[in-house]
Amino acid sequence: MKRSTKLLVTGISASISLTVAAKDLTVVSWGGAYSDSQLKAYSEPYMKMNPDINIINDESSAEAVAKLRAMNEANNVTWDVVDVVASDAIRLCDEGLAMEIDHDDMLAPGVDGSSPEDDFGDLIVSECFIPQIVYSTTFGYRTDKVGDTPPTSVCDVFDTETYPGKRSLEKRPINNMEWALICDGVAKDDVYDVLETPEGQERALAKLGTIKDDVIWWSAGADTPQLLADGEIVMGSTYNGRLFSLIEEKKQPVAMLWDAQVFDLDGWIIPAGLPEDRKQAALDYVYFATDSQRLADQAKYISYGPARLSSAPLVGKHATLGIDMAPHMPTDPKNATNTFLYNYEFWADYRDDIDAKFQAWLAR
Amino acid sequence: MLIAPLLIFVLITFIFPISDMLFRSVENDIVSDTLPRTVVALESWSAESQEAPDEDVFAAFYTDLYLAQEYKTHTRLGSRLNYQQTGISSMFRKTGRRVKRFDTDVYTDQFEELDAKWADPSYWASLMNNERVQKQLPETASSYTAWRELMVEEGDNPDAETPEDFVYTSLYRDLMHLSENGASVRNADVRTAMNAVSGFESVSLKEQFIDAEDDWADPKYWATIKLYSGNYTPGYFLNAVDMEQTINGAEVKPENERLYGTLFARTIYMSLFIMGCTILLGYPVAFLLANISRRSANMLLILVLLPFWTSLLVRTSAWKVLLQQQGVINDILVWSGLIDEAGRLIMINNQMGTIIAMTHILLPFMILPLYSVMQTIPPSYVRAAKSLGANDWTAFRRVYFPQSIPGIGAGSILVFIMSIGYYITPEIVGGTQGVFISNRIAYHISSSLNWGLASALGAILLAVVLILYWLYDRFVGIDNMKLG
Repeated sequence: MKRSTKLLVTGISASISLTVAAKDLTVVSWGGAYSDSQLKAYSEPYMKMNPDINIINDESSAEAVAKLRAMNEANNVTWDVVDVVASDAIRLCDEGLAMEIDHDDMLAPGVDGSSPEDDFGDLIVSECFIPQIVYSTTFGYRTDKVGDTPPTSVCDVFDTETYPGKRSLEKRPINNMEWALICDGVAKDDVYDVLETPEGQERALAKLGTIKDDVIWWSAGADTPQLLADGEIVMGSTYNGRLFSLIEEKKQPVAMLWDAQVFDLDGWIIPAGLPEDRKQAALDYVYFATDSQRLADQAKYISYGPARLSSAPLVGKHATLGIDMAPHMPTDPKNATNTFLYNYEFWADYRDDIDAKFQAWLAR
Repeated sequence: MLIAPLLIFVLITFIFPISDMLFRSVENDIVSDTLPRTVVALESWSAESQEAPDEDVFAAFYTDLYLAQEYKTHTRLGSRLNYQQTGISSMFRKTGRRVKRFDTDVYTDQFEELDAKWADPSYWASLMNNERVQKQLPETASSYTAWRELMVEEGDNPDAETPEDFVYTSLYRDLMHLSENGASVRNADVRTAMNAVSGFESVSLKEQFIDAEDDWADPKYWATIKLYSGNYTPGYFLNAVDMEQTINGAEVKPENERLYGTLFARTIYMSLFIMGCTILLGYPVAFLLANISRRSANMLLILVLLPFWTSLLVRTSAWKVLLQQQGVINDILVWSGLIDEAGRLIMINNQMGTIIAMTHILLPFMILPLYSVMQTIPPSYVRAAKSLGANDWTAFRRVYFPQSIPGIGAGSILVFIMSIGYYITPEIVGGTQGVFISNRIAYHISSSLNWGLASALGAILLAVVLILYWLYDRFVGIDNMKLG
């Protein structure tokens, strides 16, 4: 009750005057276990250090791009810091909706003294993007439904003879098209060269067509874990953190198939055109929330890898389960024997085109 | 007077936003706003030539792109054009990064070497104030004005800064043009420069662009820019009906990219089917409610309303638990031996799932109007019919049913129009075959950001509803509808 009145009051005051609400900081993220991990690792310590700052949590990251565009058009941006996946950060940057970041100037140096740009390295995929975690999209399977020969390769997803039953895939072309081509015999390095051509796209869809009747298509990250827990599917793709919680926290008979996991990034952006005081407050929060220790702290609550090199040695045990988190990270050498990185440039160009074909194929 | 507040409220919260959204389906000023010079220069280029445009277009494009990347609007335009031509988005992004490093500084250097005046901001300002010079150096004037605006925008003083390379590039091109035409120039400095430029080292902007991104040599990208250079475009509407704009006019898309026709048809026939199901299921319930004692009717009405008050998401998710292959219904069937383990029914993630869940969710919207209409039918009519010799069926068919038709009409319109715009339920239980057009509209609003296409799809959906409403009025009569 207290919290909701507070929200209401700040909402009203924000709409009357932005300067009155100067001490509020609206942090937008994905909700669920992920937001909780950020709350514990970043926001709570930050508020303890800065008692005059009141962090308001918003769980709108899934619609962040559309909402920021609408706010921008209405000239009333109410968000200060927004958690988005890298491809969305690139689009927000393209649309001029996110502020450009000077990483060396605006972020904390690594705990080992390295400059932020070196510490984040290649993960800075856009001028507007402040990397936070590395996550992966990979498969989980029911250990009780695969007999004595558990799947070892992503191509087992396409093998309905050895592994009969439904599998779940995301209802969009990204990742699925790549896996289909790899399992159709395309070398990993050639995947995007093939996928660029209409023939390659047809080829990927044809490969997916071999299992089309056995697929349940998901659109929310929670779908696959639920389907696995219910026994609706034998295997399915989702984010590795979701599978971790299903396996280690909920103790379901499920195991990870790390093969051909696709790395992706998640991080912060700051909306473009904030008034100076809010911009400074947002930068101050991000400076704190992305230092080496804070990024490593987040891994205590969720199995996503910190985006800084210097954070890796600081990753410890899970806060409540007490298990070592390092072996559950997608970047752990044992898990990362066969991986690839989401190709941002390719999908920025081909997303609309391939999605149209993919959806038309689904509707057939 | 008394309705003025309501009218204003409806205008502000409903009419304005909807017209604004509908307007987006044809709006296209982003191209001519971002690339004004290029759009003009492209007028003399024809896509049928199968060749990339000439140097003039590239020079105009250089100035436009230079300014656009300063204002950070080039990537936005790239995303917009990428909806029409795949690949164009990264061309704008990549070239935008390169355009400041083009070799055009040779012009700046050569002009400054020729006369130090050309490096003097105040000389530029006074020269560009001269109307005759403006007329003789049109490209330069336009570039210089744009550059001044940019300086002011960035908080710099244009009277204290030397212009950027692109202004010198325009100056070179104007002077070359003058000297080739043998024009007479009164201003001595400009004349000196004009006589000198033919000896200048030059760079080809076309080569610079192709060097930065070789796709600029491909005429198909230029054809897209030219096609979409108007302030208004039918492109979104064409896309919404599975067509596309090409240099040969509107063409139907290849079969493997057609989607929206199927989805529109599916949305309408499934909505009609759901409407039919609610009539079949709702009519007996409403009849029962209207013909038992008021006390029991109120009790039963609660049962109808209870799910109505439950969250939509909860009800949909409950259906998921019931219908899935390892769900409650299948478990009971297997347990009772009606089906075996391998024969578990597939009742969800297809059209059946959508129909079952939506029929359930929309049922109250059929029952309530039916009930309120049936309540007003005096029981004496049926009794009178029977006393005149009609049997139960005839009395119902000839006397009761016709009087309940206004309720069916009201319920049907309510259910049909609600289901045609349904989004959450099909998304959760519809799989691939049971999703509606609104799911694609939502995708284009929140995911692909193609708001123009989303608006066009929405406008078509609105038109379909209005046409069906008109047909209903024509054949059944809207006066015949009764909500209570």
